[in-house]
Amino acid sequence: MSSTCSCSKEFVDEREERLTEVIEKYRGVRGALIPVLHEAQEIYGYLPFHVQKRISEEMQIPMGEIYGVITFYTQFSLEPKGEYQIQVCLGTACYVKGANLILEKFKEKLGIDVGGCTEDGKFSLQACRCVGACGLAPVVMINEDVYGGLKPSEVEKILKKYQ
Amino acid sequence: MEMVTLTIDNKKVRVPKGYTVLQAAREAKIEIPTLCFLKDINEIGACRMCLVEIKGAKKLETACVYPVSEGMEVYTQTPQVREARKVTLELILSNHDRSCLTCVRSGNCELQKLAEQLQIEELPYEGETHKRPLDNFSPSIIRDPNKCILCRRCVSMCKEVQTVAVIDVIERGFDTIISPIYEKSLNEVPCVNCGQCITVCPVGALREKNDTEKVWDALAAEDLHVIAVTAPAIRAALGEEFGFPMGTPVTSNMITALHNLGFDKVFDVDTAADLTIMEEGTELLNRIKEGGKLPLITSCSPGWIKFCEHNFPEFLDNLSTCKSPQQMFGAVLKTVYAERMGIDPAKIFVVSIMPCTAKKFEAKRPEMTSSGYPDIDVVLTTRELARMIKEAGIDFNETTRQHFDDPMGDASGAGVIFGATGGVMEAALRTVAEVITGQPLSSLDFTEVRGVEGIKEATVDVGEMEIKAAVAHGLGNARKLLERVKSGEAKYHFIEIMACPGGCVAGGGQPIQPSQVRSWIDIRSERANALYKEDKKLPIRKSHENPTVQRLYDIYFSSPGSPKAHELLHTHYTPRENYPEE
Ligand code: SF4
Ligand code: SF4
Ligand code: SF4
Ligand code: FES
Repeated sequence: MSSTCSCSKEFVDEREERLTEVIEKYRGVRGALIPVLHEAQEIYGYLPFHVQKRISEEMQIPMGEIYGVITFYTQFSLEPKGEYQIQVCLGTACYVKGANLILEKFKEKLGIDVGGCTEDGKFSLQACRCVGACGLAPVVMINEDVYGGLKPSEVEKILKKYQ
Repeated sequence: MEMVTLTIDNKKVRVPKGYTVLQAAREAKIEIPTLCFLKDINEIGACRMCLVEIKGAKKLETACVYPVSEGMEVYTQTPQVREARKVTLELILSNHDRSCLTCVRSGNCELQKLAEQLQIEELPYEGETHKRPLDNFSPSIIRDPNKCILCRRCVSMCKEVQTVAVIDVIERGFDTIISPIYEKSLNEVPCVNCGQCITVCPVGALREKNDTEKVWDALAAEDLHVIAVTAPAIRAALGEEFGFPMGTPVTSNMITALHNLGFDKVFDVDTAADLTIMEEGTELLNRIKEGGKLPLITSCSPGWIKFCEHNFPEFLDNLSTCKSPQQMFGAVLKTVYAERMGIDPAKIFVVSIMPCTAKKFEAKRPEMTSSGYPDIDVVLTTRELARMIKEAGIDFNETTRQHFDDPMGDASGAGVIFGATGGVMEAALRTVAEVITGQPLSSLDFTEVRGVEGIKEATVDVGEMEIKAAVAHGLGNARKLLERVKSGEAKYHFIEIMACPGGCVAGGGQPIQPSQVRSWIDIRSERANALYKEDKKLPIRKSHENPTVQRLYDIYFSSPGSPKAHELLHTHYTPRENYPEE
């Protein structure tokens, strides 16, 4: 995770500059951390480590506090999000109906881990706690679409719909 | 002072305005149970153990943060209060890893004590629990999140008092955990190993890395010459683990117990502290005379050193190049001592007993091997030593040995007071003043640098010279002082910094006092008093008059700051990045 990656250097630098502007804008403002994180996430799509580190150093806020805020509010994300965000429910009801097998299938088909994003930026994968649709267990959500009563064998077919 | 009168359980009490109900109850000799509360450090009303009924209030209130007012009527034992407290405690216990039998804090655990006090006999619900991995990668600190009750005392200590801020509350709801970022190990973040988080934890969620097995093995090995060296602060606090009143010096109990454990020799680290003063005092005089880097800053507190390496690299050249007394002593034992006693240094095993968890890290620094052997083999905290004494069934009341062993003998009073904030400064001033003036001091007590005020200053006239000195203890105070020096607002010749608030007597390896004690008694002063008492009593109170130190220069180092001394007794520092990019 480095800003010196040569292939996208210009792109990265442009984002870095925008982050500098955001930090400048809020310099000396009390309670500025949340708005800064918001704007940083708008720039990067998520809040990677090096962005947290810059905010920490330049705003003199400990890393732990920044990380604590990011992980407290669901609106912030530590991982890049894909165009399609897949959420596999691992609540108790889904779990007993084999949700973990479905999760494994997604991992295998996409070649990513939980929290990861495919290289083309198309899919990201998350496991979540109960979404309150236990009657449909096991449940998977892809953006706004809800899939219930899934079997691992159906995973491939579903992914095709979004490709 | 404006006072208010209120009643607590129908008892009238008059207290200053601004007191909390908890403070007022204490005045009225009524104990209200608490769990997250730690006076001046963590007053956040988070755990709701201290609920009380206040007449006229709509709901039960938390006594630890609720301010008193005129005519207030407080009830601490109504059926509603008792029930609410019980339920709160049962909830905390329901998802706690209740493995008391194998827990390091059993018997000294605030949660366990509450469960007993409130007579929790069974738990009506079994909460969902996380099974989280133990973080035991740090050389000093073990974190066990499964025992954590989220009281946040450690976070307040690390962030507000120490300004290190490597642990915080992360995630939310059921997933909430106290942890470094990305649930990394403390070993991967700029933790300075001070252990202050351990001393405030009410439960067994934080503890030191246990190194006692290595010591048992060494003691059992036939061919090893096993030496214990004890820091000054140990004698001021070890007694607390055995029921002695706080502030009782237990020097001879300690020496006796160590011999009974089977150590071949028991030496006093204060001897090395005297040696440190000789080296550091000389360094100070040289820097002043030759226009070297000033202020000179003390280097005996390894938590402070790591903090400086991470946060103030621009001050690394200000640090004294002297090793800490612990490391100096190890180096001397494995060279001069080995040679004189005719013992193969490879067969000498040095166990240092320290009030400090950062010393475990310091002993493992790669540069601490100038004799060809590690200066120190194992570091034990005061608490670990107490556990060994208990495990061996030794009677701690036995005091058959009054003195440290020859050939090192007893140290000076100057070495003894190293354990309290301001002690190194005072010890150095005693020696430097006499060396410069060539005259004996009329009074040896530099009281300006004693006491628990966060930053202390003194200007001392020695001969023609005026030495400006400052003392800071606790890293938050150190940060403040250094910012002042950096901005040019303050100028000093000599600064003493100790990582722990109060200095070593309240170090991260010392006996743990529960909130019920440490919220109301200043353990830093109580323990420091034990050291000042001992200093007053000793026949020799100045480092340069310690005969062992004089002999070490005669037979080996020739003079303070000599090339030989530099080789064995001095070291260097490296800047450290805070959160390296992976
Ligand atoms: S922390 Fe306290 S209650 Fe929990 S297991 Fe340890 S001794 Fe028992
Ligand atoms: S040892 Fe000190 S620096 Fe490390 S987490 Fe604990 S309080 Fe913070
Ligand atoms: S680790 Fe200890 S001090 Fe820190 S929040 Fe948990 S229980 Fe409290
Ligand atoms: S809320 Fe008062 S002790 Fe925790």
